[in-house]
Amino acid sequence: MLLYLPIAEVSVNAFLLFGIGGLVGVLSGMFGVGGGFLITPLLFLIGVPPAVAVATSANQVMASSFSALLGHLRRRNVDMPMGLVLVAGGLVGSAAGVALFNWLKQAGQVDLLVKLCYVVFLGTVGGLMLVESLRAILRARAGVPPTRRRHNWVHNLPLKVKFRVSGLYISVIPPVMVGMLVGVLAAIMGVGGGFIMVPAMIYLLGMPTKVVIGTSLLQILFVTAFTTILHAVTNQTVDLVLALLLILGGVIGAQIGTRIGARMKAEQLRVFLALLVLAVCLQLAVGLVLRPSELYSAEREGAL
Amino acid sequence: MTGALRLVLALLALVPTGARAQAEQIVLGLSANEVAITAVFDGSDILIFGAVKRDGPPLGPAPLEVIITVSGPLTPVTVRRKARVWGLWLNTAAALIDAAPSFYAVATTGPLDQVLTQTEDLRQSITIPRAIRSVGNSVTDSADFTEALIRIRAGQGLYRIMQGEIDFTEETLFRTQISLPANLIEGEYDTRIFLTRNGLVVDRYEAKIDVRKVGIERWLFNLAHQHPPAYAALALALAIAAGWGASAAFQVLRR
Repeated sequence: MLLYLPIAEVSVNAFLLFGIGGLVGVLSGMFGVGGGFLITPLLFLIGVPPAVAVATSANQVMASSFSALLGHLRRRNVDMPMGLVLVAGGLVGSAAGVALFNWLKQAGQVDLLVKLCYVVFLGTVGGLMLVESLRAILRARAGVPPTRRRHNWVHNLPLKVKFRVSGLYISVIPPVMVGMLVGVLAAIMGVGGGFIMVPAMIYLLGMPTKVVIGTSLLQILFVTAFTTILHAVTNQTVDLVLALLLILGGVIGAQIGTRIGARMKAEQLRVFLALLVLAVCLQLAVGLVLRPSELYSAEREGAL
Repeated sequence: MTGALRLVLALLALVPTGARAQAEQIVLGLSANEVAITAVFDGSDILIFGAVKRDGPPLGPAPLEVIITVSGPLTPVTVRRKARVWGLWLNTAAALIDAAPSFYAVATTGPLDQVLTQTEDLRQSITIPRAIRSVGNSVTDSADFTEALIRIRAGQGLYRIMQGEIDFTEETLFRTQISLPANLIEGEYDTRIFLTRNGLVVDRYEAKIDVRKVGIERWLFNLAHQHPPAYAALALALAIAAGWGASAAFQVLRR
Protein backbone atom coordinates (compact mmCIF):
# COMPACT_ATOMS: atom_id res chain seq x y z
CA MET A 1 0.00 0.00 0.00
CA LEU A 2 1.49 3.31 -1.07
CA LEU A 3 1.12 6.38 1.09
CA TYR A 4 1.86 9.98 0.09
CA LEU A 5 3.94 11.85 2.67
CA PRO A 6 2.73 15.47 2.95
CA ILE A 7 6.03 17.06 4.01
CA ALA A 8 8.52 14.80 2.22
CA GLU A 9 6.36 14.96 -0.94
CA VAL A 10 7.14 11.42 -1.96
CA SER A 11 5.04 8.29 -2.05
CA VAL A 12 6.31 5.25 -0.17
CA ASN A 13 5.17 1.77 0.76
CA ALA A 14 3.42 1.85 4.15
CA PHE A 15 4.39 -1.72 5.10
CA LEU A 16 8.03 -1.09 4.31
CA LEU A 17 8.05 1.90 6.69
CA PHE A 18 6.23 -0.13 9.32
CA GLY A 19 8.87 -2.85 8.97
CA ILE A 20 11.79 -0.41 9.27
CA GLY A 21 10.19 1.11 12.37
CA GLY A 22 9.67 -2.34 13.88
CA LEU A 23 13.23 -3.51 13.26
CA VAL A 24 14.72 -0.38 14.77
CA GLY A 25 12.28 -0.60 17.69
CA VAL A 26 13.47 -4.12 18.55
CA LEU A 27 17.08 -2.90 18.62
CA SER A 28 16.06 0.09 20.70
CA GLY A 29 14.44 -2.07 23.37
CA MET A 30 17.29 -4.59 23.40
CA PHE A 31 20.27 -2.27 23.53
CA GLY A 32 18.99 1.07 24.76
CA VAL A 33 20.07 2.79 21.57
CA GLY A 34 17.55 5.01 19.84
CA GLY A 35 18.29 3.48 16.46
CA GLY A 36 18.66 6.82 14.71
CA PHE A 37 21.99 5.73 13.28
CA LEU A 38 20.13 2.94 11.44
CA ILE A 39 16.83 4.56 10.56
CA THR A 40 18.23 7.73 8.98
CA PRO A 41 20.36 5.89 6.35
CA LEU A 42 17.45 3.49 5.68
CA LEU A 43 15.13 6.42 4.98
CA PHE A 44 17.71 7.92 2.59
CA LEU A 45 17.71 4.58 0.76
CA ILE A 46 13.95 4.58 0.11
CA GLY A 47 14.02 8.12 -1.26
CA VAL A 48 13.01 10.36 1.65
CA PRO A 49 14.83 13.74 1.38
CA PRO A 50 17.72 13.88 3.90
CA ALA A 51 16.41 16.88 5.86
CA VAL A 52 13.03 15.21 6.38
CA ALA A 53 14.66 11.86 7.20
CA VAL A 54 16.85 13.36 9.94
CA ALA A 55 14.04 15.39 11.53
CA THR A 56 11.41 12.67 11.36
CA SER A 57 13.65 9.94 12.68
CA ALA A 58 14.23 12.08 15.76
CA ASN A 59 10.48 12.00 16.32
CA GLN A 60 10.34 8.22 15.76
CA VAL A 61 13.30 7.56 18.06
CA MET A 62 11.53 9.61 20.71
CA ALA A 63 8.43 7.39 20.57
CA SER A 64 10.27 4.07 20.61
CA SER A 65 12.61 5.19 23.38
CA PHE A 66 9.61 6.33 25.47
CA SER A 67 7.95 2.95 24.96
CA ALA A 68 11.16 1.12 25.89
CA LEU A 69 11.75 3.47 28.83
CA LEU A 70 8.38 2.57 30.33
CA GLY A 71 9.34 -1.10 30.08
CA HIS A 72 12.63 -0.41 31.91
CA LEU A 73 10.94 1.81 34.53
CA ARG A 74 8.74 -1.12 35.52
CA ARG A 75 11.86 -3.24 35.96
CA ARG A 76 13.46 -0.43 38.00
CA ASN A 77 16.37 -0.30 35.58
CA VAL A 78 16.46 3.50 35.39
CA ASP A 79 18.73 5.67 37.50
CA MET A 80 16.60 8.82 37.60
CA PRO A 81 19.10 11.25 39.21
CA MET A 82 21.84 10.09 36.83
CA GLY A 83 19.44 10.40 33.87
CA LEU A 84 18.50 13.96 34.79
CA VAL A 85 22.15 14.97 35.14
CA LEU A 86 22.85 13.52 31.69
CA VAL A 87 19.78 15.26 30.22
CA ALA A 88 20.91 18.60 31.60
CA GLY A 89 24.28 18.20 29.89
CA GLY A 90 22.61 16.82 26.76
CA LEU A 91 20.29 19.77 26.19
CA VAL A 92 23.18 22.25 26.44
CA GLY A 93 25.24 20.06 24.12
CA SER A 94 22.57 19.64 21.46
CA ALA A 95 21.83 23.38 21.34
CA ALA A 96 25.56 23.95 20.77
CA GLY A 97 25.59 21.10 18.25
CA VAL A 98 22.76 22.59 16.17
CA ALA A 99 24.63 25.90 16.01
CA LEU A 100 27.83 24.08 14.97
CA PHE A 101 25.90 22.10 12.35
CA ASN A 102 24.46 25.25 10.76
CA TRP A 103 27.87 26.88 10.74
CA LEU A 104 29.43 23.84 9.01
CA LYS A 105 26.58 23.76 6.52
CA GLN A 106 27.47 27.26 5.38
CA ALA A 107 31.14 26.27 5.15
CA GLY A 108 30.20 23.31 2.87
CA GLN A 109 31.17 19.65 3.16
CA VAL A 110 28.82 19.01 6.07
CA ASP A 111 27.84 15.80 4.32
CA LEU A 112 31.39 14.49 4.51
CA LEU A 113 31.82 15.56 8.11
CA VAL A 114 28.66 13.73 9.14
CA LYS A 115 29.76 10.56 7.38
CA LEU A 116 33.29 10.72 8.78
CA CYS A 117 31.83 11.30 12.26
CA TYR A 118 29.74 8.17 11.79
CA VAL A 119 32.67 6.08 10.58
CA VAL A 120 35.08 7.25 13.27
CA PHE A 121 32.66 7.04 16.20
CA LEU A 122 30.88 3.88 15.17
CA GLY A 123 34.20 2.22 14.37
CA THR A 124 35.90 3.19 17.63
CA VAL A 125 32.94 2.49 19.87
CA GLY A 126 32.02 -0.75 18.12
CA GLY A 127 35.59 -2.04 18.08
CA LEU A 128 36.29 -1.24 21.75
CA MET A 129 33.01 -2.74 22.84
CA LEU A 130 33.49 -5.91 20.85
CA VAL A 131 36.98 -6.51 22.27
CA GLU A 132 35.89 -5.75 25.84
CA SER A 133 32.72 -7.85 25.80
CA LEU A 134 34.44 -10.83 24.17
CA ARG A 135 37.09 -10.65 26.89
CA ALA A 136 34.37 -10.54 29.54
CA ILE A 137 32.71 -13.62 28.06
CA LEU A 138 36.03 -15.48 27.97
CA ARG A 139 36.75 -14.48 31.57
CA ALA A 140 33.32 -15.68 32.65
CA ARG A 141 33.96 -19.02 30.91
CA ALA A 142 37.34 -19.34 32.60
CA GLY A 143 35.66 -18.72 35.94
CA VAL A 144 37.57 -15.56 36.86
CA PRO A 145 35.37 -13.15 38.86
CA PRO A 146 34.79 -9.84 37.01
CA THR A 147 36.90 -6.97 38.27
CA ARG A 148 34.46 -4.09 38.42
CA ARG A 149 34.70 -0.59 39.82
CA ARG A 150 38.30 0.26 39.31
CA HIS A 151 39.11 3.66 40.66
CA ASN A 152 40.26 6.10 37.99
CA TRP A 153 40.45 9.89 37.68
CA VAL A 154 36.66 10.02 37.45
CA HIS A 155 36.44 9.22 41.14
CA ASN A 156 38.71 12.02 42.29
CA LEU A 157 36.55 14.97 41.14
CA PRO A 158 34.53 17.23 43.45
CA LEU A 159 30.69 17.55 43.69
CA LYS A 160 30.22 13.90 44.54
CA VAL A 161 26.67 12.56 44.50
CA LYS A 162 25.28 9.17 45.43
CA PHE A 163 23.57 7.37 42.50
CA ARG A 164 21.83 4.62 44.39
CA VAL A 165 20.39 2.55 41.48
CA SER A 166 23.78 2.46 39.77
CA GLY A 167 25.55 1.80 43.06
CA LEU A 168 27.91 4.72 42.41
CA TYR A 169 29.25 7.58 44.48
CA ILE A 170 30.89 9.88 41.94
CA SER A 171 31.15 13.52 40.92
CA VAL A 172 28.40 14.97 38.68
CA ILE A 173 31.01 16.52 36.37
CA PRO A 174 31.74 13.40 34.26
CA PRO A 175 28.04 12.60 33.59
CA VAL A 176 27.37 16.23 32.63
CA MET A 177 30.36 16.15 30.27
CA VAL A 178 29.22 12.84 28.74
CA GLY A 179 25.71 14.26 28.29
CA MET A 180 27.08 17.37 26.59
CA LEU A 181 29.38 15.45 24.25
CA VAL A 182 26.54 13.16 23.27
CA GLY A 183 24.25 16.16 22.74
CA VAL A 184 26.73 17.81 20.36
CA LEU A 185 27.27 14.61 18.38
CA ALA A 186 23.54 13.87 18.37
CA ALA A 187 22.78 17.19 16.73
CA ILE A 188 25.54 16.85 14.13
CA MET A 189 24.82 13.23 13.28
CA GLY A 190 21.04 13.45 13.60
CA VAL A 191 20.81 10.61 16.10
CA GLY A 192 19.85 10.11 19.75
CA GLY A 193 23.43 9.24 20.69
CA GLY A 194 22.75 6.02 22.59
CA PHE A 195 25.51 4.14 20.81
CA ILE A 196 28.07 6.58 22.22
CA MET A 197 26.44 7.04 25.61
CA VAL A 198 25.96 3.37 26.43
CA PRO A 199 29.70 2.58 26.24
CA ALA A 200 30.58 5.88 27.92
CA MET A 201 28.35 5.03 30.87
CA ILE A 202 29.67 1.49 31.13
CA TYR A 203 33.37 2.18 30.72
CA LEU A 204 33.80 5.79 31.82
CA LEU A 205 31.26 6.03 34.63
CA GLY A 206 31.33 2.35 35.57
CA MET A 207 27.55 1.86 35.64
CA PRO A 208 26.08 -1.67 35.47
CA THR A 209 24.87 -2.57 31.91
CA LYS A 210 21.25 -3.23 32.92
CA VAL A 211 20.87 0.24 34.43
CA VAL A 212 22.79 1.88 31.59
CA ILE A 213 20.19 0.92 28.99
CA GLY A 214 17.17 2.31 30.87
CA THR A 215 19.04 5.47 31.85
CA SER A 216 20.35 6.11 28.36
CA LEU A 217 16.77 5.82 27.06
CA LEU A 218 15.75 8.63 29.42
CA GLN A 219 18.47 10.86 28.00
CA ILE A 220 17.59 9.91 24.40
CA LEU A 221 13.93 10.72 25.02
CA PHE A 222 14.71 14.27 26.09
CA VAL A 223 17.36 14.96 23.45
CA THR A 224 15.18 13.69 20.59
CA ALA A 225 12.14 15.60 21.87
CA PHE A 226 14.26 18.75 21.87
CA THR A 227 15.62 18.00 18.37
CA THR A 228 12.11 17.33 17.04
CA ILE A 229 10.92 20.70 18.32
CA LEU A 230 13.94 22.49 16.83
CA HIS A 231 13.48 20.89 13.40
CA ALA A 232 9.69 21.37 13.35
CA VAL A 233 9.91 25.03 14.31
CA THR A 234 12.93 26.11 12.26
CA ASN A 235 12.83 23.93 9.12
CA GLN A 236 9.31 22.39 9.00
CA THR A 237 10.89 19.07 8.08
CA VAL A 238 9.08 16.71 10.48
CA ASP A 239 6.69 14.53 8.47
CA LEU A 240 3.90 13.32 10.75
CA VAL A 241 2.58 10.66 8.36
CA LEU A 242 6.06 9.21 7.99
CA ALA A 243 6.60 9.48 11.75
CA LEU A 244 3.30 7.78 12.54
CA LEU A 245 4.13 4.73 10.42
CA LEU A 246 7.65 4.41 11.81
CA ILE A 247 6.33 4.94 15.32
CA LEU A 248 3.64 2.26 15.02
CA GLY A 249 6.30 -0.23 13.99
CA GLY A 250 8.81 1.15 16.47
CA VAL A 251 6.76 1.07 19.68
CA ILE A 252 5.70 -2.52 19.06
CA GLY A 253 9.26 -3.50 18.21
CA ALA A 254 10.58 -1.77 21.33
CA GLN A 255 8.34 -3.85 23.60
CA ILE A 256 9.52 -7.06 21.94
CA GLY A 257 13.12 -5.87 22.15
CA THR A 258 12.86 -5.10 25.88
CA ARG A 259 11.70 -8.68 26.49
CA ILE A 260 14.48 -10.20 24.38
CA GLY A 261 17.01 -8.01 26.16
CA ALA A 262 15.79 -9.12 29.60
CA ARG A 263 16.51 -12.75 28.70
CA MET A 264 20.04 -12.18 27.43
CA LYS A 265 23.30 -11.89 29.30
CA ALA A 266 24.84 -8.42 29.51
CA GLU A 267 28.04 -9.50 27.71
CA GLN A 268 26.07 -11.09 24.90
CA LEU A 269 24.00 -7.93 24.48
CA ARG A 270 27.18 -5.92 24.20
CA VAL A 271 28.69 -8.25 21.60
CA PHE A 272 25.57 -7.97 19.44
CA LEU A 273 25.42 -4.18 19.77
CA ALA A 274 29.13 -3.96 18.93
CA LEU A 275 28.69 -6.11 15.81
CA LEU A 276 25.70 -4.04 14.71
CA VAL A 277 27.58 -0.77 15.16
CA LEU A 278 30.58 -2.14 13.25
CA ALA A 279 28.36 -3.35 10.40
CA VAL A 280 26.86 0.12 9.90
CA CYS A 281 30.33 1.67 10.16
CA LEU A 282 31.72 -0.70 7.53
CA GLN A 283 28.83 -0.03 5.18
CA LEU A 284 29.41 3.75 5.43
CA ALA A 285 33.18 3.40 5.06
CA VAL A 286 32.78 1.29 1.92
CA GLY A 287 30.42 3.94 0.52
CA LEU A 288 33.11 6.60 1.02
CA VAL A 289 35.91 4.55 -0.56
CA LEU A 290 34.24 2.77 -3.51
CA ARG A 291 33.52 4.62 -6.73
CA PRO A 292 29.77 5.45 -6.70
CA SER A 293 27.72 4.36 -9.74
CA GLU A 294 26.41 7.93 -10.16
CA LEU A 295 28.95 10.66 -9.50
CA TYR A 296 26.31 13.39 -9.53
CA SER A 297 23.52 14.08 -7.09
CA ALA A 298 20.68 16.57 -7.38
CA GLU A 299 18.92 18.40 -4.58
CA ARG A 300 15.84 20.52 -5.03
CA GLU A 301 16.15 23.94 -3.42
CA GLY A 302 13.19 25.92 -2.07
CA ALA A 303 10.40 26.81 -4.49
CA LEU A 304 10.86 29.83 -6.73
CA MET B 1 -1.23 39.59 -59.79
CA THR B 2 1.77 38.91 -57.67
CA GLY B 3 1.42 42.39 -56.25
CA ALA B 4 -2.14 41.67 -55.18
CA LEU B 5 -1.14 38.37 -53.53
CA ARG B 6 1.59 40.12 -51.66
CA LEU B 7 -0.92 42.63 -50.36
CA VAL B 8 -3.24 39.89 -49.15
CA LEU B 9 -0.37 38.15 -47.36
CA ALA B 10 0.68 41.43 -45.78
CA LEU B 11 -2.87 42.04 -44.61
CA LEU B 12 -3.05 38.53 -43.18
CA ALA B 13 0.15 39.17 -41.29
CA LEU B 14 -1.40 42.26 -39.78
CA VAL B 15 -4.25 40.29 -38.23
CA PRO B 16 -3.34 39.96 -34.54
CA THR B 17 -2.48 36.42 -33.52
CA GLY B 18 -4.82 36.74 -30.58
CA ALA B 19 -7.71 36.47 -33.03
CA ARG B 20 -6.39 33.00 -33.90
CA ALA B 21 -6.39 33.59 -37.61
CA GLN B 22 -4.41 30.45 -38.44
CA ALA B 23 -5.97 28.00 -40.77
CA GLU B 24 -5.38 25.13 -38.38
CA GLN B 25 -6.24 25.50 -34.72
CA ILE B 26 -6.17 23.29 -31.66
CA VAL B 27 -9.31 22.46 -29.72
CA LEU B 28 -8.33 20.78 -26.48
CA GLY B 29 -9.78 18.49 -23.86
CA LEU B 30 -8.22 17.24 -20.64
CA SER B 31 -9.52 14.31 -18.64
CA ALA B 32 -8.86 16.38 -15.52
CA ASN B 33 -7.59 19.87 -14.91
CA GLU B 34 -7.08 19.13 -11.24
CA VAL B 35 -5.11 16.40 -9.55
CA ALA B 36 -5.84 15.89 -5.87
CA ILE B 37 -3.02 14.45 -3.78
CA THR B 38 -4.69 12.39 -1.09
CA ALA B 39 -3.01 10.26 1.58
CA VAL B 40 -3.14 7.19 -0.66
CA PHE B 41 -2.07 9.03 -3.84
CA ASP B 42 0.02 6.71 -5.99
CA GLY B 43 0.19 8.62 -9.26
CA SER B 44 -2.42 9.69 -11.72
CA ASP B 45 -3.04 9.31 -15.45
CA ILE B 46 -3.99 12.40 -17.38
CA LEU B 47 -5.69 11.91 -20.72
CA ILE B 48 -4.95 14.77 -23.08
CA PHE B 49 -7.08 14.79 -26.21
CA GLY B 50 -8.21 17.27 -28.80
CA ALA B 51 -8.87 18.04 -32.40
CA VAL B 52 -7.46 20.24 -35.12
CA LYS B 53 -10.05 22.70 -36.37
CA ARG B 54 -9.62 23.80 -39.95
CA ASP B 55 -11.73 25.36 -42.67
CA GLY B 56 -10.75 23.15 -45.59
CA PRO B 57 -8.67 20.03 -46.25
CA PRO B 58 -5.23 19.74 -44.57
CA LEU B 59 -2.83 22.35 -45.87
CA GLY B 60 0.34 21.44 -47.65
CA PRO B 61 1.89 18.14 -48.60
CA ALA B 62 3.91 17.67 -45.39
CA PRO B 63 2.04 15.84 -42.63
CA LEU B 64 0.77 17.70 -39.59
CA GLU B 65 2.40 16.63 -36.30
CA VAL B 66 1.50 17.13 -32.64
CA ILE B 67 3.80 17.68 -29.65
CA ILE B 68 2.45 17.76 -26.09
CA THR B 69 4.52 18.81 -23.08
CA VAL B 70 3.56 18.69 -19.41
CA SER B 71 5.83 20.57 -17.02
CA GLY B 72 5.79 20.62 -13.23
CA PRO B 73 6.68 23.74 -11.20
CA LEU B 74 10.16 25.15 -11.81
CA THR B 75 12.57 25.17 -8.88
CA PRO B 76 16.29 25.79 -8.50
CA VAL B 77 18.35 22.62 -8.16
CA THR B 78 21.85 22.13 -6.78
CA VAL B 79 23.75 19.41 -8.63
CA ARG B 80 26.89 18.11 -6.94
CA ARG B 81 29.68 16.01 -8.39
CA LYS B 82 31.88 13.60 -6.49
CA ALA B 83 35.57 13.10 -7.11
CA ARG B 84 38.25 11.05 -5.42
CA VAL B 85 40.28 12.94 -2.81
CA TRP B 86 42.78 11.00 -0.69
CA GLY B 87 40.98 7.79 -1.46
CA LEU B 88 37.54 9.10 -0.46
CA TRP B 89 34.69 10.03 -2.77
CA LEU B 90 33.65 13.55 -1.84
CA ASN B 91 31.42 16.23 -3.31
CA THR B 92 34.01 18.47 -4.91
CA ALA B 93 32.03 20.53 -7.40
CA ALA B 94 28.53 21.94 -7.43
CA ALA B 95 26.42 23.86 -9.90
CA LEU B 96 23.21 25.71 -9.22
CA ILE B 97 20.67 25.21 -11.96
CA ASP B 98 18.40 28.24 -11.87
CA ALA B 99 15.15 26.59 -12.82
CA ALA B 100 14.37 22.98 -13.60
CA PRO B 101 10.89 21.49 -13.81
CA SER B 102 10.12 19.01 -11.05
CA PHE B 103 8.40 16.88 -13.70
CA TYR B 104 8.58 17.03 -17.48
CA ALA B 105 7.08 14.87 -20.19
CA VAL B 106 7.23 15.36 -23.94
CA ALA B 107 4.92 13.28 -26.13
CA THR B 108 5.01 13.43 -29.93
CA THR B 109 3.45 11.83 -32.98
CA GLY B 110 6.86 10.95 -34.43
CA PRO B 111 10.62 11.15 -33.81
CA LEU B 112 11.40 14.50 -32.19
CA ASP B 113 14.12 15.49 -34.68
CA GLN B 114 11.60 15.08 -37.51
CA VAL B 115 8.61 16.86 -35.99
CA LEU B 116 10.57 19.82 -34.65
CA THR B 117 13.45 21.92 -35.96
CA GLN B 118 16.21 23.04 -33.62
CA THR B 119 15.40 26.71 -34.08
CA GLU B 120 11.77 26.09 -33.22
CA ASP B 121 12.90 24.12 -30.15
CA LEU B 122 15.05 27.07 -29.09
CA ARG B 123 12.14 29.44 -29.56
CA GLN B 124 9.52 27.37 -27.76
CA SER B 125 11.72 25.45 -25.26
CA ILE B 126 10.14 22.10 -25.95
CA THR B 127 12.74 19.36 -25.38
CA ILE B 128 13.97 18.53 -21.88
CA PRO B 129 17.39 20.27 -22.13
CA ARG B 130 15.63 23.41 -23.38
CA ALA B 131 13.13 23.30 -20.51
CA ILE B 132 15.94 23.58 -17.95
CA ARG B 133 17.29 27.06 -17.45
CA SER B 134 20.89 27.30 -16.38
CA VAL B 135 22.61 30.64 -16.81
CA GLY B 136 25.48 32.39 -15.15
CA ASN B 137 27.11 29.30 -13.72
CA SER B 138 30.68 29.65 -12.55
CA VAL B 139 31.39 25.99 -13.31
CA THR B 140 33.11 25.60 -16.69
CA ASP B 141 31.46 22.31 -17.61
CA SER B 142 27.94 23.27 -16.54
CA ALA B 143 26.50 21.24 -19.44
CA ASP B 144 27.68 18.06 -17.67
CA PHE B 145 25.69 19.05 -14.60
CA THR B 146 22.52 19.67 -16.63
CA GLU B 147 22.98 16.31 -18.35
CA ALA B 148 23.45 14.64 -14.97
CA LEU B 149 20.24 16.22 -13.67
CA ILE B 150 18.32 14.92 -16.71
CA ARG B 151 19.84 11.46 -16.26
CA ILE B 152 18.96 11.35 -12.55
CA ARG B 153 15.41 12.59 -13.00
CA ALA B 154 14.80 10.36 -16.03
CA GLY B 155 15.91 7.45 -13.84
CA GLN B 156 13.29 8.47 -11.26
CA GLY B 157 10.60 8.62 -13.93
CA LEU B 158 10.31 12.38 -13.57
CA TYR B 159 11.60 13.29 -17.03
CA ARG B 160 10.09 11.40 -19.95
CA ILE B 161 10.36 11.46 -23.69
CA MET B 162 7.41 9.69 -25.30
CA GLN B 163 8.18 9.75 -29.01
CA GLY B 164 5.39 8.52 -31.26
CA GLU B 165 3.05 8.04 -28.32
CA ILE B 166 0.33 10.41 -29.47
CA ASP B 167 -2.48 8.78 -31.46
CA PHE B 168 -3.25 11.08 -34.35
CA THR B 169 -6.06 10.09 -36.70
CA GLU B 170 -6.82 11.74 -40.04
CA GLU B 171 -4.57 14.65 -39.04
CA THR B 172 -7.53 15.78 -36.95
CA LEU B 173 -8.06 13.89 -33.69
CA PHE B 174 -5.20 13.38 -31.27
CA ARG B 175 -4.98 11.78 -27.85
CA THR B 176 -2.28 10.68 -25.44
CA GLN B 177 -2.03 9.57 -21.86
CA ILE B 178 0.56 11.03 -19.51
CA SER B 179 1.04 9.21 -16.25
CA LEU B 180 2.08 11.45 -13.40
CA PRO B 181 4.27 9.61 -10.88
CA ALA B 182 3.45 9.23 -7.19
CA ASN B 183 6.27 11.55 -6.06
CA LEU B 184 4.65 14.73 -7.42
CA ILE B 185 5.09 18.10 -5.87
CA GLU B 186 2.28 20.62 -5.62
CA GLY B 187 1.74 23.39 -8.10
CA GLU B 188 0.49 24.27 -11.55
CA TYR B 189 1.51 21.82 -14.25
CA ASP B 190 1.74 23.67 -17.56
CA THR B 191 0.40 21.66 -20.45
CA ARG B 192 1.36 22.85 -23.93
CA ILE B 193 0.20 21.47 -27.26
CA PHE B 194 2.03 22.35 -30.47
CA LEU B 195 0.94 21.66 -34.03
CA THR B 196 3.93 21.46 -36.35
CA ARG B 197 4.39 21.10 -40.05
CA ASN B 198 7.85 20.70 -41.60
CA GLY B 199 9.20 21.04 -38.08
CA LEU B 200 7.72 24.51 -37.66
CA VAL B 201 5.06 25.38 -35.11
CA VAL B 202 1.78 26.36 -36.78
CA ASP B 203 -0.36 26.65 -33.65
CA ARG B 204 0.04 26.30 -29.92
CA TYR B 205 -2.35 25.97 -27.03
CA GLU B 206 -1.79 26.06 -23.29
CA ALA B 207 -3.72 24.71 -20.35
CA LYS B 208 -2.93 24.26 -16.68
CA ILE B 209 -3.38 21.20 -14.52
CA ASP B 210 -3.64 22.12 -10.87
CA VAL B 211 -1.95 19.60 -8.58
CA ARG B 212 -2.98 20.13 -4.95
CA LYS B 213 -2.82 18.29 -1.69
CA VAL B 214 -6.27 17.73 -0.18
CA GLY B 215 -7.76 16.51 3.08
CA ILE B 216 -5.36 15.40 5.82
CA GLU B 217 -2.34 16.03 3.58
CA ARG B 218 -3.37 19.65 3.09
CA TRP B 219 -4.15 20.09 6.76
CA LEU B 220 -0.81 18.71 7.96
CA PHE B 221 1.17 20.69 5.40
CA ASN B 222 -0.56 23.95 6.36
CA LEU B 223 -0.18 23.28 10.07
CA ALA B 224 3.53 22.53 9.67
CA HIS B 225 4.15 25.76 7.78
CA GLN B 226 1.70 28.17 9.41
CA HIS B 227 1.75 26.99 13.05
CA PRO B 228 5.12 25.28 13.61
CA PRO B 229 4.88 25.24 17.45
CA ALA B 230 1.46 23.57 17.31
CA TYR B 231 2.83 21.07 14.80
CA ALA B 232 5.82 20.33 17.03
CA ALA B 233 3.50 19.82 20.00
CA LEU B 234 1.41 17.44 17.91
CA ALA B 235 4.54 15.48 16.94
CA LEU B 236 5.59 15.17 20.60
CA ALA B 237 2.08 14.19 21.70
CA LEU B 238 1.91 11.56 18.98
CA ALA B 239 5.24 10.04 20.02
CA ILE B 240 4.37 9.99 23.73
CA ALA B 241 0.87 8.61 23.16
CA ALA B 242 2.15 5.89 20.83
CA GLY B 243 4.99 4.94 23.18
CA TRP B 244 2.68 4.77 26.19
CA GLY B 245 -0.06 3.00 24.23
CA ALA B 246 2.25 0.23 23.04
CA SER B 247 3.73 -0.20 26.49
CA ALA B 248 0.27 -0.42 28.10
CA ALA B 249 -1.01 -2.78 25.41
CA PHE B 250 1.89 -5.16 25.96
CA GLN B 251 1.31 -5.06 29.73
CA VAL B 252 -2.27 -6.21 29.13
CA LEU B 253 -1.14 -8.89 26.67
CA ARG B 254 1.37 -10.28 29.14
CA ARG B 255 -1.25 -10.91 31.80
